[in-house]
Amino acid sequence: MSANTAMAEKYRNNFLKEIEEQVEMGDWVKMCMQCGVCSGSCPTNFQSAWEHPPQELFMMIRAGKREEVLTTTSMWNCTSCYNCIVRCPRKLPITHIMHGIAEYAHRLGVAPKMQPTRFFSGLFWKNATKTGRVNELKLSMGLYFKNGFGAGVKEGMKMKDVALGLIKAKRLNPFEILGGHTCKDQKGIQAMLKKAYEIERSRKAAKTAG
Amino acid sequence: MAETKVAAYICKGCGLGERLDTDALVKIAQKDGKVPMAKTHDFLCSADGVAMIRNDVANEGVTHIMIGACSRRAKTEAFHFPENAVARANLREGVVWIRPDTEEARETTQDMAEDYIRMGCAEVKAMAAPGGNPNTGSSKTLLVVGGGVTGMTTAIEASKTGYPVVLVEKTGALGGMAGQLWKRMPVHEPFKSPADTGVADLAAQVMGDSNIKVYLNATIAKTDGAPGRFVVQIATESGATHTEDIGAIVQASGFTTYDMNKLPELGGGKSPNVVDQLGLEALAKAAAAGDGVIRRPSDNQPVKSVVFVQCAGQRDPSGTHLAYCSGFCCNASIKQAMYFKDANPSVDTTIIYTDLRTPGNGEDFYRSAQEKGVIFTKGKVSGVQPGSNGSTVSFHDLILDDANATIADVDLVVLATGQVPNSGVDIFAVPKEGEGEPEVKPISILNLNYRQGTDVPQLKQGFTDSHFICFPYETRRTGIYTAGPVRRPMDIAQAREDATGAALKAIQALENAELGRAAHPRSGDLSFPKVRLEGCTQCKRCTVECPFGAIDEDEKRFPVFNESRCRRCGTCMGACPVRVISFENYSVNTVGAQVKAVDIPDEFSEKPRILILACENDAYPALDMAAMNRNEYSAFVRVIPIRCLGSVNTIWVTDALNAGYDGVMMMGCKSGDEYQCHFVKGSELGRVRMSKIDDTLKTLNLETERVRDLEVAITDIERVPEMINKYVEELVAIGPSPFKGF
Repeated sequence: MSANTAMAEKYRNNFLKEIEEQVEMGDWVKMCMQCGVCSGSCPTNFQSAWEHPPQELFMMIRAGKREEVLTTTSMWNCTSCYNCIVRCPRKLPITHIMHGIAEYAHRLGVAPKMQPTRFFSGLFWKNATKTGRVNELKLSMGLYFKNGFGAGVKEGMKMKDVALGLIKAKRLNPFEILGGHTCKDQKGIQAMLKKAYEIERSRKAAKTAG
Repeated sequence: MAETKVAAYICKGCGLGERLDTDALVKIAQKDGKVPMAKTHDFLCSADGVAMIRNDVANEGVTHIMIGACSRRAKTEAFHFPENAVARANLREGVVWIRPDTEEARETTQDMAEDYIRMGCAEVKAMAAPGGNPNTGSSKTLLVVGGGVTGMTTAIEASKTGYPVVLVEKTGALGGMAGQLWKRMPVHEPFKSPADTGVADLAAQVMGDSNIKVYLNATIAKTDGAPGRFVVQIATESGATHTEDIGAIVQASGFTTYDMNKLPELGGGKSPNVVDQLGLEALAKAAAAGDGVIRRPSDNQPVKSVVFVQCAGQRDPSGTHLAYCSGFCCNASIKQAMYFKDANPSVDTTIIYTDLRTPGNGEDFYRSAQEKGVIFTKGKVSGVQPGSNGSTVSFHDLILDDANATIADVDLVVLATGQVPNSGVDIFAVPKEGEGEPEVKPISILNLNYRQGTDVPQLKQGFTDSHFICFPYETRRTGIYTAGPVRRPMDIAQAREDATGAALKAIQALENAELGRAAHPRSGDLSFPKVRLEGCTQCKRCTVECPFGAIDEDEKRFPVFNESRCRRCGTCMGACPVRVISFENYSVNTVGAQVKAVDIPDEFSEKPRILILACENDAYPALDMAAMNRNEYSAFVRVIPIRCLGSVNTIWVTDALNAGYDGVMMMGCKSGDEYQCHFVKGSELGRVRMSKIDDTLKTLNLETERVRDLEVAITDIERVPEMINKYVEELVAIGPSPFKGF
C-alpha cells in the first residue's frame, strides 16, 4: 500500500483533520474566514499562475477535496514573499501552510513531478548534499536538460553569451563539470545529513502512525 | 382678551448695524408694520438688550414682540418670553450672512431685510401666546406590554427611575423567546462560549419589585385616552377585566420565528430531523436535563453531524419569504454549533452561510467557534432531502463555485429562519381582492380605541413605524413606544438597550403630558390645534390624515382633538379645506399675513420675488448652516419657516401667486418608505396635496414651473443655495408673473 492510500484510508472523509495532523501549521486551516486578502496580496499573479489561490485551497481542504489539493501545482508557486502572512486579518501563517501542503504532497508521492519549483528543489538538494557544496555548473545544466536532451541544448545555446562572459570574468570554471571542488569534511556532512534524515523519519513515522 | 400691544426690536450687533440701514428698518416697522413701538439696540441678546424688552413688557404693556435679529433657531434662551407672542425676523442668517458685502448688493440686501421686518410684524400680530393644553392627565404609571427580555428590562429600568409599572404578559410565565433558549451568545470577555440567558434573574427582579405589577395570562382588551390619561382594560384568563390608569405605554411584543413549514424545499416540516433554531434550543434543553447529548428527534440517536442553514427564508429578493436579514441568526447558529462541539468535539458541525454577520463581539465568538472546529462553508443551500438514514444538504459552494456540492448523512439540519414582528393589526392594510386562502386575521395587541385603528402603524415588512434615524422608539401614536424585535430584528443585547431607551422616552412622554407640552420634535411646545367647529364641514380629512391618530370623531362626525396625542405638526391645518384649524402661534393667518406683507416690486424693476416655504426641521436649519458657511444665495427669495410640509395650506400658494410672486418653492424632507419627515407622513401628504396644484396654476394661466417642490436634507448646506439660485435663474428666464401690480 502506498503512503498516499494509507493516509487516505486513515483519514477517510476527514481531509481537514489529515491536514491538521500531518501538515506543518495545518491546524491553522480552519481559522480562515475566506476574506481573500491573501489572494489579493499575492504578487505571483495567481489568477494566471495558480490553479487555486490560498483561501480556495483552504476551502477545498474543508470540503474534503483531497485529490485536487494534493496534486495541484498551486502551493508550489509560492515565492515566500510573506505578503499574505503580513496582511491576513486572522493571522494565518499562509506561506508556511503553502510549503507545508507542498511538502506533504511530496512526501506522499503525489506532487506533480515536473513542476519547476519542485524539480529545482530536488535538483538543488541532491547537488548540494553530494559534496557539501553546490556545483553551479551541474545545477544549471540539470535544469536546462529537465525536458530532454534537445531542449537542453537549445536552452544552453540561448545562454551561451552569458556563460562565455562568466568564464572570461572567472566567475565560471568549465572544468567543474569533471567533479569540481568539494567541502573539506565530506564524511562529516554526510553523517550529519544521515542523522537529520533519521530524526525526521522517526518524527514523521510517529505522526503517520499517531 | 387683553389689549394687544406690539413692539419691534431691531438688533445692530453681529454686523447688522454696518450692513443694514437699521433706522430705515425702524421706520418700516412703524410705517408698514404699523407697530406703535420700534427700537434698535446695539446688542439685543445681551443682558441689557433683553432687560430692555422685559422692561417694556412689564411697564409699557407690550404683549407681542417682534425681534429683528438672528434666526429663530439662535439665541432661544435669551429671547425666551413664554408669556408673550414672539416673532423673529431673520436678518442675520437670512440676510447679511447670505449676501455679499458689496456696494451693488447693498440695495437688494436692504430690500430683503425690510421685507423680513414687514413679515415679522405681520406674523406677530396674527399670533397669540400659547395658553397651554387644558386636557392633561397626570398618571405616572407605565404600561409594558410583553414580558420578554425587552419588557422585563423596560419594567425594571422604569421602576429604578421611580415610576410604577404595570406589566402584561399573555403567557403564563415571564421570559418570552429568550426564556426558551438554553444559552445565549456571550456578552462578556472573552466571548468564547455560550452564556446563561439571564432570564431567570430578570424575572426574579421583576417579581420581587413591589413597584411592578405583573399580569400573567393577560391581554389588553382596550386602550382609551391619551398620554398621561390612558385608561387600559386588561383581560385576564379568568375572564375578569382590570382597569388601570396609565401615563405612557411601551409595547415590547417581540417576534415569532418565521414558519419553517413555508420552506419545504429546505426540509421544513418534512422531517423531525429538520428543526428551526428554536427547535434546536428545545433539543439542547432536553439534553441538558438528561445526559447532555443532543439526540436526533426521529430515533433518539446521538447527533453525529449537524448542518446549519443560514438565511433560511430570509434575504429573499423574490418576495416569497422575508426580504430582510434578522441580524441575530449567524451568532445564534455559532452558539448552537458550540452546543455540540463543547459536549463532543467529534460531532461534525457545518454552518453554510452566504455572508456571516456577527454584530456585537460576534467576531471573537466566530473565531472561537473556528478554534473549536466548527466548519464554515460559504454557500447557498438549494435543498435539504430528508432520508431514512440522515438528510442530504445540497448547496452551491460560492468559494469553489461548485453548484452541486452536497453534504450527505446529516443527522440534524437547523434552519435559521429569522424574526417576524408581533406588531398586531396592520391598520392601513388594503384588503386583498379575489378568492384565495382565507387570511388569518392578526390579533390586535393594544386594541386602541382610536379613530384610525387598533394598533400602532407599521412600516414595510410589518415592523412598527418609527423615525429610524432620529427617534427610533417613537411610534406614530404619541405616548406609545415600541422596543425590541417588534421594532426591528435584533438580539438580546440590542433588545435590552432598546428597552432602556424606550423606558426613558415613555417617562418623558408622561411628564410632558402632565404639563401639556408636546413630545418631540416640537418638544415643549404649548400650542395645540384649535378648531372652529361652526365652520367645519365634517369632511374628515384631518381625522384621516393626522399622522399620529390624534383626532377622533364624535357621533356627529365632528373632529375631537386629543391634544396630548398631538405632535403639533399642523398636518390637519394644511389638510383643512375650510381652514378652521389653527394654532395660537401658527395658523393659516400667521403665514398668510407674512406672504401678503412682502413688498412686490413691479415687473419693470427686474426684482423677482420668490416665496420659500421651508420645513423648520431640516430645510430651515440647512439654510441657517449655509449662512454660517457664508454660502450666498439670491436676494429675491423670502423664506418662511413652516412646521412641516404637511402643514402647508394650498391657500398660501394661491395667495402668493395672486399677489404677484414669480414663484413658490417648497422645501420638505424626504417622503416614502425611506422617509426622513420628522412627522412621518407630513411631507408625503404635503406633496400629494401640492401635486394637485397644477390645476390651480392652469386656472390662473400660470406656468407649472412657478411652483417647485424640493426635497431637502439637513446636510444639504451646499446644495440648497445652489438649487435656490438655479430656480431664480429659471424664473427670470420665464419672465415676471403677470399678476404683479394688481
